[in-house]
Amino acid sequence: MTDLQPDLRQRPSDDRQASPLPAELTTRELARWSWRQVTSMRTALVLLLLLALASIPGSVIPQDNIDSLAVSQWRDNHPRLAPIWDRLDLFNVYGSVWFSAIYVLLMISLVGCIIPRLFVYARALRAKPPKAPRNLSRLPASTSYTTDEDPDVVLARAADVLRARRFRTDRGTDAVAAERGHLREAGNLVFHVAVIIVLVGVAAGSLFGYKGGVILLNGDDYGFSNNLTQYDDFAPGALFDPDVMEPFSFRITDFQLDWLTEGNRAGMARKFVAELAYETEPGGETKNYDLEVNHPLSIGGTDIFLIGHGYAPVITIRDGEGEVTKSGPVVFLPTNAQTFESFGVVKAPFARPEQIGLEGTFYPTFAMGRDADGNLTMPSSIFGALGDPLISMSLWTGDLGLQDGTASSVYVLDKADATQVMKPNGQPFRMDLRPGERVTLPDGLGSVTFEGVQRWNKIQISRSPGKMVALAGVVLALLGLLASLFIRPRRLWVRARRQDDGTTLVEIARLDRSSGGDPEDGAAELAAVAAALQDPTDPRTTSSTKEEQS
Amino acid sequence: MNDAQWEVFSYQGVIAAAVLYFLAMMAYFFELASLRTAAKEVELATVAHGPGGADAGVEHPIAPTRRTELAARLGLVLTGFAVLVHLVALVARGLAADPNRVPWGNMYEFTIAGTFVVALIFVLATLRIDIEWLGPLVTTFVVAALMAAFLGLDDAVLPLPDALNSPWLVIHVVSAVISTGAFTVGALLSGLYLVKARSTATTGYLARVPELKVLDRLSYRMHAFGFPVWTFAVLITGPIWAHQAWGAYWNWDPKEVWAFITWVVYAAYLHARATAGWRGRNAAILALVGLATLWFNFIGINFYSSSSQHSYAQGAGPETSVVLGLAGPVEAAQEVGVVVGTDRPGA
Ligand code: HEM
Repeated sequence: MTDLQPDLRQRPSDDRQASPLPAELTTRELARWSWRQVTSMRTALVLLLLLALASIPGSVIPQDNIDSLAVSQWRDNHPRLAPIWDRLDLFNVYGSVWFSAIYVLLMISLVGCIIPRLFVYARALRAKPPKAPRNLSRLPASTSYTTDEDPDVVLARAADVLRARRFRTDRGTDAVAAERGHLREAGNLVFHVAVIIVLVGVAAGSLFGYKGGVILLNGDDYGFSNNLTQYDDFAPGALFDPDVMEPFSFRITDFQLDWLTEGNRAGMARKFVAELAYETEPGGETKNYDLEVNHPLSIGGTDIFLIGHGYAPVITIRDGEGEVTKSGPVVFLPTNAQTFESFGVVKAPFARPEQIGLEGTFYPTFAMGRDADGNLTMPSSIFGALGDPLISMSLWTGDLGLQDGTASSVYVLDKADATQVMKPNGQPFRMDLRPGERVTLPDGLGSVTFEGVQRWNKIQISRSPGKMVALAGVVLALLGLLASLFIRPRRLWVRARRQDDGTTLVEIARLDRSSGGDPEDGAAELAAVAAALQDPTDPRTTSSTKEEQS
Repeated sequence: MNDAQWEVFSYQGVIAAAVLYFLAMMAYFFELASLRTAAKEVELATVAHGPGGADAGVEHPIAPTRRTELAARLGLVLTGFAVLVHLVALVARGLAADPNRVPWGNMYEFTIAGTFVVALIFVLATLRIDIEWLGPLVTTFVVAALMAAFLGLDDAVLPLPDALNSPWLVIHVVSAVISTGAFTVGALLSGLYLVKARSTATTGYLARVPELKVLDRLSYRMHAFGFPVWTFAVLITGPIWAHQAWGAYWNWDPKEVWAFITWVVYAAYLHARATAGWRGRNAAILALVGLATLWFNFIGINFYSSSSQHSYAQGAGPETSVVLGLAGPVEAAQEVGVVVGTDRPGA
C-alpha cells in the first residue's frame, strides 16, 4: 500500500493535528494555538485515557454519596491521610473539580472538533466525486480489460452500472468517477454529537433532579405526601426547585413477601409487593398500584421505588405516674440483611418522674446461639420472618438530650447525660419481651409493653429530568457508531481510452476510505462492476486483474 | 428431571465439554509439534543436501503433511462438539434453577457462559475466515477458564433475587457476555501480534500464524464488533435496569465505574486507530489494557469491593437479596451511624 498517494486517503478531519508552538507569540496566536491544541486528535485521545484513569480512584476509595458509612470508617482508620484525601476531593471523585475539568475539556474539544467537521461534511455532500487519479493501476484494487467498444459507450454504461449500485457518479472526459458511503462520516458525526446530548441529559438530571428516601410504616394510618418535610433523606441537585415536586400522596395498605424455607437460599425473601394507594393530587381519585422491585410507579416525572423493608415493634411506655407517654410502632433498622435482626431505640422524653430511653435488638425469630460444646452463646435471629419475635432492650434514664432544641436522630440514644439502669447485682437491667408481654421497670420508672410488630418499607423517590434525553442520546450514539464502524466509504473510477491499435482500454480502480485500519480489498465489488461492464460472451475481451494482498 | 438432576447433568455437561476442549487442545498441540518436526526434517534434509536446499527450506512455508492437517481438522471438529455440549450444559444450568432462568446468576455461571461465547465466536469465525490457527490459543484459554470456574468459583444454583429478575437484566448480561467474548478473542489476537512482532521464529506456532498486518486487522474487527455490543450492554440496558431496580440509572458503583473505564479505553482504541493512525503495537497494547480493565471488573471488583450493589459481587452467602434486604435500611442505618454487623453482605 506504500505506492498510494497520501492525498487520496486523506480524510476531511485529518488536518486537525497538534502543531508545534509558534515561535513568536501574540495573544491572538497563543489563543489560536491553544484552541488547536485543545481540539486536536491527540488531545482528544489523551483526555479520553485521562478520563479512564481518573475514574479509578472512585472505585477504590469509598465515596461519600455511595457508601458514607465506609467513608467514615476509612476516616477513622486513616486519620493522617483523610485530610489530604479531603483536599483532593477523593471521597467525591465524580463531583470533583479535577474530574469535571477532564470531561469539560473533552466536551470543549468535542465541540471544537465537530463544528468544523460538520461544515466539511456539508461541503463534501454537495461536492462531485473527485476526478480519477492519473494512474489507476497503482491503486490497491484495480483491473483492466480491452474491448472494441467505443469509450463513450463504455463510460455511459459504467455510469449506469455504478448508479444502479447506488454510487454518486460524475462523468469526466475520459473517465467516470463514483463515490459511495458518505453515511459513515455522518454516523461518526452523529455519534460524537450524541455524546454531547448524553452529557446534557445527565447534567440536567443531576442539576435539576433529586433523590430522596422515606421509611413509611404500613397501614392506612401512615401516609406520605410529596413535600420536603416528609423525607427522611433528600439529595437535591444544585439547581433543584421544590416547586416542581408533584403533589401526590400515598400510603402502603399491605406488604407481602415470600420467605424461602428450603433450598440453597432458604432464609432469603423474594417477591416483595407493597400495595400502594395513591392520589396524584390532593383530593384526587385514589388509585392502587402494586409496587415491586423492578416495577417502579411513575407519577408525572417522578418515580417511586420499593427498596427496603423492616420491622417496627409496637411499644407502649407508661411512666411512673401511670400515664401512657409513648405508644406506637417504632422503626428498627435491620443490622443483618438475612435474619433481619434489627436495632432501634424508643424514647419517652416526657415520662415522669424521669425520662425513659430504651435501646436494643429485635429478633424476628429468636434463638440462642450455641458454641461447639453446646453451651449457650449469643442470642440471635435465625430467620427473617416473624417466627418467634422477641425484643431485648436495656434501659436508660436522665437527660436524653431531646429538650435542648437541637436536632437528634430517632435511631440513636443520646447517652451523654443519661445513665443506664442497673440491677441490684450490678448487671445492666435488660428486658426480654415477646408480643403481649409487659415488664415493670425498676425504681418506679413505669412499665413497658411489647404490643406487637408492624412493618415498614423504605421507599425511594426520585426525579431525574433529562433521563429520556440521555437515553435518546446513547441510542443515537449507538446507531451513529454502527454506521461509523460498518459503512465503507469508497471511490470507484472507470476510465476508457482508445489505444493506438484501435481497441479501447478500460481501467477500473477502487479505493476504500474506511479508517480504523480495516480497509476492505473490495475485490468482489470490483469484479462485479467489471463483469457488469464487460460482455462476458465477447471473445475479443481480454482482462487482467491486479489485487494487492493486504 | 428435577432441579437437582438438572444441576448434576449440567456439571457433567461442563466437565464433558472441558474434556472435549482439552482433547481439541491436544490435537492442536500435536499439530504444532508435527509442524515442528516436519520443519526439522526439512532442515535436516537441506543440511544433508547442502546450502542450496537450505534456502528452500527456510523461505517456503512448511508444507503441511497429511498428519498435521488431520490433527488440525480433528482439533476443530472436537472444538465444535465441545461447543455443542457446552451449550447443553448451559441450558441445563438454567433448568436447574427454580424458577427456571437464564444461566448467569453468579460468577461460575458467568464464566461458563463467557467461555462458551469465546469458543462459539471462534468456531463461527472459522466458517467465514481463515482463523483456524487461533485454535490452540482458544482451546487453552477455555480449558484454563473452565478449570478456574470449577475450582475457584462458587457454584451453587441459587434463585435470583428480585432485583435481578428483569428482562432487561437478561438482555444486559447476554450482551455483556457476547462483547466480553469478542474482546477476549480480540485480545488473544493482539497478544499474538505483540509476541509475533518480537519473534524471528521461522518454525513453530508463531511462524504458522498469519503475518502481523492480518493479526492486527482481525483484532480490530473483533473490537469493532464488541464495542457497539458493549455500548448497548453497559450504557443502554444496564442503566435502564439500574433505574428500575435502584431508582437511579447511574450510581457510580465500582462495577459501573469499571464498565465505564473499559468503555472509554476501547473508545480510545478505536479512536486512536481512526484518528491517530495507531496500528499494530500501540493499538495492541491499548487492546490488552482494555481487556485487563474488563477482567478486573469481573474478577477484582467481585472479590475485593464491598460497595458494589451488583449481586454478582456476592459470594456464596444467601444474603443476596441485596436490594430489598439491605440497601434501604442500611442507607438509613448509615445516616445515623449505626454500625452494621460484620455479616453485612458485600452488597
Ligand atoms: C467523549 C469523547 C469521544 C469519544 C468517546 C470518541 C469516540 C470515538 C470512536 C469510538 C471513534 C471510532 C469510530 C470509527 O472508527 O469510525 C471515533 C472516531 C473519531 N473521532 Fe472521536 N471520540 C471522542 C472525542 C472526539 C474528539 C474530541 C474529536 C476531535 C478532536 C474526535 C474526532 C474523531 C474523528 C475525526 C474520528 C474518526 C472518524 C473516521 O475517520 O472514521 N472525537 N471517536
